[in-house]
Amino acid sequence: MATETLSEYKTVARREPGVAIRERRLGSITGFVGTPDELVQISRSGRLQERERSFTQAGTCSSFCATLQLSLIQDAVVINHAPAGCAGDFPMFNLYNRYGQGKRSLSRASARLITTNLSEHDTIFGATEKVLEAIHKAYRTYHPRAIFVTASCTSGIIGEDLESVIERAEEELGIPIASVNCEGFRSQVWATGWDAAYNAILQKIVRPAKTKRPEAINIITFIGEDHFSELLRPLGLIPNLIVPFTTVGQLEKLSEAGATTQMCSTLGTYFAAGLEKEYGVPEIKSPPPYGLASTDRWLRELASVTGKTEIVEQFISAERNAVKLELEKLQERFAGVKAFVAAGPSHGHSSMEVLQDLGIELVGSCMFHHDAKLDHGDSVGDTLRAATTRSGKMPYSVCNKQAFELVNLLRRIKPDLVIIRHPSLAVSVAKLGIPACFIDDEHLALGYRGLVRYGNKISDWLRNPAIERTLLRNSPLPYTDWWLNQQPFSMLGGEA
Amino acid sequence: MTSILQHPRQLCALGGQQSVAAIERAIPILHAGPGCGFKLHTGLGSYNGFQGGGYSGGAAIVSTNTGEKEVVFGGEGRLRSVIDNALKIMNGDLFVVLSGCTSELVGDDTEHIVSEYRQRGVPIVYAATAGFRGNSAVGHEIVANAIIDQLLEPKEVIPGLVNVWSSVPYQDTFWAGNLASVRELLSGLGLKPNILFGPNSGGLEAWKQIPAAQFNLVLSSWAGVSIARNLNKRFGTPWLHYPTLPIGGIETTRFLREVQEYANTDTTVATRFIQEQERNFHYFFERAADFFLEFRWDMPGHFVTIADSFYGIGVSRMLTNEFGLLPLHQFVTDDPPEEFRSSITEGYAGIAPGISSNVTFSADSEEVNEVLRKVATAPPIVLGSIWDRDIAQEIGGCHLSIAAPMTDRLVMSCSYLGYNGGLRLIEDLYSSILTFVQ
Repeated sequence: MATETLSEYKTVARREPGVAIRERRLGSITGFVGTPDELVQISRSGRLQERERSFTQAGTCSSFCATLQLSLIQDAVVINHAPAGCAGDFPMFNLYNRYGQGKRSLSRASARLITTNLSEHDTIFGATEKVLEAIHKAYRTYHPRAIFVTASCTSGIIGEDLESVIERAEEELGIPIASVNCEGFRSQVWATGWDAAYNAILQKIVRPAKTKRPEAINIITFIGEDHFSELLRPLGLIPNLIVPFTTVGQLEKLSEAGATTQMCSTLGTYFAAGLEKEYGVPEIKSPPPYGLASTDRWLRELASVTGKTEIVEQFISAERNAVKLELEKLQERFAGVKAFVAAGPSHGHSSMEVLQDLGIELVGSCMFHHDAKLDHGDSVGDTLRAATTRSGKMPYSVCNKQAFELVNLLRRIKPDLVIIRHPSLAVSVAKLGIPACFIDDEHLALGYRGLVRYGNKISDWLRNPAIERTLLRNSPLPYTDWWLNQQPFSMLGGEA
Repeated sequence: MTSILQHPRQLCALGGQQSVAAIERAIPILHAGPGCGFKLHTGLGSYNGFQGGGYSGGAAIVSTNTGEKEVVFGGEGRLRSVIDNALKIMNGDLFVVLSGCTSELVGDDTEHIVSEYRQRGVPIVYAATAGFRGNSAVGHEIVANAIIDQLLEPKEVIPGLVNVWSSVPYQDTFWAGNLASVRELLSGLGLKPNILFGPNSGGLEAWKQIPAAQFNLVLSSWAGVSIARNLNKRFGTPWLHYPTLPIGGIETTRFLREVQEYANTDTTVATRFIQEQERNFHYFFERAADFFLEFRWDMPGHFVTIADSFYGIGVSRMLTNEFGLLPLHQFVTDDPPEEFRSSITEGYAGIAPGISSNVTFSADSEEVNEVLRKVATAPPIVLGSIWDRDIAQEIGGCHLSIAAPMTDRLVMSCSYLGYNGGLRLIEDLYSSILTFVQ
């Protein structure tokens, strides 16, 4: 925005604030029990229905997901229009920020986060003036290039009109200010929060391309180390990891890239589709490059979109050869090992592919939600199908982080290890004495070399599951014997 | 209107879920949005010293995860279903239903529903902890008062039994260690402390003993006062309010003397205990004195606390009166109710004869940073939270996290209370400085 006027950028803002929730947009659900084959088939037939639980444990909400992406933009500020408790996740994003800045050789500074700290008085009389005051505070403290105002259950229920306040503030300050409709109650699929954040970026930040940079590839991701370079640079392509650790200036230019892809198809589905639809940046629709087959397929699609077809085959065979011996050793090491995956789709699906390539047998899995389709609507991007061509009949469930259900299920399946994503859940698994492999760096297993990195990490953990053993002996789970003897999905009701 | 906060240090009343999780075998049941339990666990439990979820916190927290349907049509049916099943699934002795913003705003009658279960003999209570009602310390008081009001019956007084209302579980990162220290100190006087939260505190049975106490001890600047007042009204139990963190030699002895006098325990026992504790404290003080004296020339001599009022005054008094440091400026971050503010300000004014400290009531980083940029002429010691690392660096100071949120420390049983708590804080502080300078 530095050199452009507010009115100029306003003429390009084509979107409305707000995004439809995934339940309506993508037919997403949080309850299912069956097999991958069944879920793929029902999803494609358009008959997938939500099933609700008659008992639930604390989940996560859209606000968490939206803020995670936005709070790591280095020169923006996030204002959470909410009571102070909704800021409980601020210290986590701050740690991600400082930790990631260190890994990227950026100077460390706290994440730029403000809460309007809504009180009972505010819920009665309204608090849009507080939003304005918070925007001023953000501006004088940080001189940000953009401000995001995230909504909350409370601001949504009391009917705060964020748009008119934002419009006033934009006029006054001359920077883009976006509302983010991530009210927790709106969706049981917390991934809706990613969409809300990306919608705000598409609505207020991204600009039409003035030049094209076909070699730049937008990669929608979290906070992992840049292993994408291993796959892209040999092809003459440059990874542009978004949104964490970018600047507003970088985000303005996403329209210049040669393609958009993502480390997890459910993370950036809305964003990638929006960039393609509105700015003509093609989306790589194949499942992300985890595991041999998906990496091959993803690289070929990427090469075809970016005009690198001639060199890609040589690269693929060279990379496959480079890891062949080590991979064989790992497969030998893992012979007979049975794994269960508990994670969000589609990164969970990617983990499943990786495990199978490492010679580990998949004996079950639960994903935190399921999208019947992705925003691009093309079944080539079906990550569940890609991950389970070898394991379509295994037990598969959709469960939004319900520890009671997971624990009950794992006691029956008795895997040798559980791959687990999402904080707070690993200890429930570990209390069963099962090695709980929590890998926060989502890029660790990426591509061909990632198989070896990931395999070595898991191999180390399997050699010494002392934490799990100690927990099993000394720290009981908080569930009754009655429950542990019920069927694991007995709280999963019929169609909503 | 509450103030806007850059980098909040206290969360909301629903943070009372952590006080429930701190009672042995107690199960929190949230009638709240889908993200509340996890966000509060994150801010108070995990990303605050990595305290974790324990038995019934973290992923185990029961929650109705109120969604659009409950907002539009009401969430009472959903709440009944979740409580019915929680009583079957969760292995606990005490169930506390906490309402969040959503269910309170849409007007669910959670109180009535919970009372129906209680009338059937279920050990279950209701706490109205919508986030907009106040901060985590307020939520802690609401939870304790809910259990007191809804479950406790009068009991015959047991001489020497004392209920302890002190560190707010999880919000005070060192609560478990601190409460263990209080137990040790009161036991040393011959009292029977009823600690109520944390390991070996007795769970529901200990809570049922509350009305039998000889007195309640509120060892906190204000959090817990409403509990003691409530207990006084309901059971006539007298209470002693000691508002300053007893830390180090002088402050801990002062605390023990006051409790001994109030509780009228055996003076000889108390004196013997105090002398033994002081001997131990001064043994280490004397040995470390070589270091204090010979490195003083190049060590920061001024300190800043950015902490709640309980810690702030106690730590300031110990650093000033025993370790020869000088208070620069202190920040009170726990938004104390108006009635307590003047005594808190006086506490800072009278740290030592001729030594006082200015105090600002603020949890807002912008305000804290502005003041520090003005007052810090020489690099100070900054005792605050992770949010204060940047300003500490900017003014050349040395930073130690002693307050929430805390992501640069792993905290287990560490205590900053009592004689040993004082030694521990000094160890941590100077270890941090020594790491910083090398």
